[in-house]
Amino acid sequence: MPVYNQSRSRVIQIIFIAVFIVIIGQLINLQVFSGKYKIMADNNAIYRKVVYPDRGIIYDRKKRAVLENIIMFDLVVTPNEAKGIDTTAFCSLLNIDTADYKKRMRDLIFKNTSVKPSVFEPLLTQEMYSKLNENLYKFPGFVLQERSVRSYPYNVGANWLGYIAEVDTSFLRKHKEEGYEMGDYAGYTGIERSYEKVLMGQRGIKRLIRDNRSRLQGSYENGLYDTAAIAGKSLYSSIDVELQQLGEKLMTNKVGSIVAINPKTGGILCMVSAPNYNPNYLTGNQRRKHFSELFTDPRLPLYNRTISSRYSPGSTFKTLVGIIGLAEGVIDEKFTVSCSGAYYGCGTGKPKCLDPGTFKLEGAIAHSCNTYFATVFRKTLDQPQFGSADSGLAVFNQYASSFGLGNKLGVDLPSENRGNLPTPKYYRKIFGSRWQTCNIMSNAIGQGEVQTTIVQLANVMATIANKGYYYTPHLIDSIEGGDEFHQLDKFHEKHYTKGVADTVFDAVQDGMQGVMDYGTGAAVKVPGVVVCGKTGTVENYAKVNGKQEKQKNHSFFGAFAPRDNPQIAIAVICENAGFGATYSGPIASLLIEKYLKDSIVSKERKDKVESMAKTDLIPPLMKKELARMDSIKRAREKPVVEPVEETDSTSTEEDVKPQQDMPSDNPPAKDSNQPKKVNAAAILPLTDEKKNNSKKTRP
Amino acid sequence: MNARNNNISQGIDMTVILLYAMLVTIGILCIFMVEYKPGVDVFSSFLNGKTYYSKQLLFTGVSIIIATFILLADSKLFTAFANLMYAFGILLMLATFAIGSDIKGSKSWIRLGGGFNLQPAELCKIFTALALAKFLSRQETDFTKIKSQIIAGAIVLLPAILARFQHETGLAMVYTCFFIAMYREGLPGKILVIGISFAVLVVATLIVEPNALAITLTIIAALIIYFLKRQIKRNKNILVLIVSLWMVCVGIQRFAVPYIFNNVFECYQSQRIYSAVGKDYDCSQNKNRKSDSKTADNKKAAYKPDDYNVRQSKIAIGSGGLIGKGFLKGTQTRGKYVPEQRTDFIFTSLGEAFGLAGCLSFLLIYLLLLFRVVRMAERQRSTFSRVYAYCVASILFFHIAVNVCMTIGLFPIIGIALPLMSYGGSSLLTFTILIFILLRLDGDRQMVLR
Repeated sequence: MPVYNQSRSRVIQIIFIAVFIVIIGQLINLQVFSGKYKIMADNNAIYRKVVYPDRGIIYDRKKRAVLENIIMFDLVVTPNEAKGIDTTAFCSLLNIDTADYKKRMRDLIFKNTSVKPSVFEPLLTQEMYSKLNENLYKFPGFVLQERSVRSYPYNVGANWLGYIAEVDTSFLRKHKEEGYEMGDYAGYTGIERSYEKVLMGQRGIKRLIRDNRSRLQGSYENGLYDTAAIAGKSLYSSIDVELQQLGEKLMTNKVGSIVAINPKTGGILCMVSAPNYNPNYLTGNQRRKHFSELFTDPRLPLYNRTISSRYSPGSTFKTLVGIIGLAEGVIDEKFTVSCSGAYYGCGTGKPKCLDPGTFKLEGAIAHSCNTYFATVFRKTLDQPQFGSADSGLAVFNQYASSFGLGNKLGVDLPSENRGNLPTPKYYRKIFGSRWQTCNIMSNAIGQGEVQTTIVQLANVMATIANKGYYYTPHLIDSIEGGDEFHQLDKFHEKHYTKGVADTVFDAVQDGMQGVMDYGTGAAVKVPGVVVCGKTGTVENYAKVNGKQEKQKNHSFFGAFAPRDNPQIAIAVICENAGFGATYSGPIASLLIEKYLKDSIVSKERKDKVESMAKTDLIPPLMKKELARMDSIKRAREKPVVEPVEETDSTSTEEDVKPQQDMPSDNPPAKDSNQPKKVNAAAILPLTDEKKNNSKKTRP
Repeated sequence: MNARNNNISQGIDMTVILLYAMLVTIGILCIFMVEYKPGVDVFSSFLNGKTYYSKQLLFTGVSIIIATFILLADSKLFTAFANLMYAFGILLMLATFAIGSDIKGSKSWIRLGGGFNLQPAELCKIFTALALAKFLSRQETDFTKIKSQIIAGAIVLLPAILARFQHETGLAMVYTCFFIAMYREGLPGKILVIGISFAVLVVATLIVEPNALAITLTIIAALIIYFLKRQIKRNKNILVLIVSLWMVCVGIQRFAVPYIFNNVFECYQSQRIYSAVGKDYDCSQNKNRKSDSKTADNKKAAYKPDDYNVRQSKIAIGSGGLIGKGFLKGTQTRGKYVPEQRTDFIFTSLGEAFGLAGCLSFLLIYLLLLFRVVRMAERQRSTFSRVYAYCVASILFFHIAVNVCMTIGLFPIIGIALPLMSYGGSSLLTFTILIFILLRLDGDRQMVLR
């Protein structure tokens, strides 16, 4: 048969080749020139699993871990593998009912699909863990997954250690460049926050292959590109855990705080803010519930009073007034003032003096004579060379700020308050440009606009102990592996006071020793130790139902010991407790003994510890608020509430409401953010509510 | 005759057998890549008959046995039974309407039991090729006559229409490739030209904005009239022709194509075609929308964006790069991102693992096979063998081109297997039979068959 159309064979072959060339062209385009497909493939298939490092451990000065990590277990389930298990047995093991089980499973599947593992029950208790561990083989699909959790073996230090929490969107917005991701934990308060960079360590990345339903298939390239997690660095703090424990014990049922500093280094030995909470309360699976409990507690347990609350320092401030008077040469040790019952220099008869007599400086400090320091204060400010009280106050403030007052000290904790040193400008605004020293006399005895935090007060004590210098108080002495971010540099810097001679300090120390020997603090001697101390009893007011009401005095005590070779400087406040020597004095005394002698031996002193610990000094206002909250809670829990009761409780609420909005402080206090954050639904005990014309103060 | 019985390989083209063996082996390895799970004993899983690659191995075994039988058979058998087999194939396809079972949304399968299914539309390709060859090689057939051309077209299109009714659009389209064979036998070239022009116009309609395209067409027509004005002066018919052509083109572009997309095609098909040119198709225009929403295909479309398959397939191939990620190292393959990867998208596993280099060598094997078949066709003395060989070449070419183009996003997705590579017994068996019948006929090329 003849072959027709032979040429068409060529045409067909050309068509074949043409189509293949088109295909090859597209292949070259896809495989060689389009880089995006590689990236898209990686996005598809490579799951970057973050491996969390252990956070750093925090040790006390004797290398005891105050904060460490323990392993806890989550019960994790992959729902589609857990089908057909004996639900009843499983539920009885977990103490839940089957309806709850079904609901949880439904929620997990809804949130995280049924093929991915999700946490069924987080942070099991030890007991639950061992129970499950034995029986888990019966329940396929369930596994126990370990997780590193913060743990506080000594149950102390909650306020300054702080807590970590899962980051939220606002945190992520603020820390954009630091590589946080949703689900990470970060330090939110305290040391955990200040040293977050060091503590967090470095996360590792594991690259895993996942399939189209996000199930993991194994490691990518056998882990060639994985990076290992680097554990966070440990911190060595200056805290003495035993002192901290004792301090927290002594502050049970009190509102107030303690700061003890090693004057030689500035290292904080003990920092107690009361009331506080057991830090372990905020770990474990009840964290959320516990946190909201603490958050709404009117006693503000989450609030670190040592650095964030500011108080009028009261008589403890007199030491500083004396020092400045001596340094300026307006008085000497032998300068004498007679007190007949009040200071009449300004014609007001204020401040009053409860301990009339004639005093030199030593006696004036020892007996806390108001008139004496009123005189000294006025002499200092009204020196002829200054020309006006205005410039006199400016000089006075230079001295005071060189002792660390009126500015943030730079403690390594977030939200430190700067206290307040009233400026001449401020008084010009209030009294006009020609104001007189007499307008501000209450500052002489620490009752005016002068306000300090407890850490500032402790620092003043340390400065007096050191005779003229201090190191910025701090909690962390050293960081494992070196101070990479230079966070500790400022703590090695000596701060000198403005030209005060040693003799001046000797004179004031004589007075402070007198306080303990025969003065206001004679009742709180530390056996066998020469302590220099100063009591303080501070009037204060709180706004109740819109009215300023005088509250019970704050009890202050500042001290350092031993005099010759100071090892510890301490400041204590018990809010609304009463006389300085009655409450804060013994606490300081016991702590000094504990620190210097390592233990409290004598029975009498031991009893003192117990009796102080038992003393309940929660201010009545707070108790009232607590009771109110309890009653609301009870009313809510009651299934049926009688209508009368209901209106009652609402009216109470209305009554109390204004308190929440009240300004927490004098005008200059507006810079403090911390109270705003915490004081929701709670009364702020108005510690620092003051009037300019302050009244008599008992030493 | 005796000599051939003693040695079946006599006269058989070993090159084709070699290429066939290479492709089947590569196919099994590709399926293995797709289905591989780490930590499984490879040897036993290859033999246990439960995994897809071991099943494919089994199909290969069956195919080899059948291939042997074909080589042992007499070539006259195929010419003699061509029409009968065609009738049988058509009957089988009709039977599927009655006894077919629903697999993957298409009612084109007959259950054989033991977990194996048969797709008659697949097998019917062989019968159609034989029947076409038989018809064209008849002494009385004069293919230059329109009547013969229509009959040949009918032979080819009957199974295609049946396949279309079984919702196997891909398989139906395969039957159009017989026109290549017919072209070789004398079908006017104009038909191919018109066909291609029509395809270009349709694609242009999809890509270019309607008004712009209409204007472009008008300008082209005007230019042609301008350049041909002398001829037009001489012969007015040319002008009439050009104007009517212009009108037809614009008509197709403005009315026919949208009508087809909205009324003839099902929603998911329109979507796939549009997604192949990188556009979205608004399903709300589709008349078949409501009835379609019940079918499994459409549910899938609603669940995942319709270009999901193409995108994943392009990602897998594109991420292979120049030399690929290596055997069993493809992340997309291991993660099962490409749907239907072991069947229609088997090419993606190859592209990802071996990259451009692998793809080119692989395509070269196919090209060699195609050219070898065309060469075999041209050396036949009998028209029957030649037509049949061209049918085989056309079917192979169409499958390869459409399948590969669809994985690299040049063609809408239709269910067409990659010959000898894709998982599936029907497909492998069909191509084996196609090729080995050709080898048998080629072995007897000295005979004149009718």
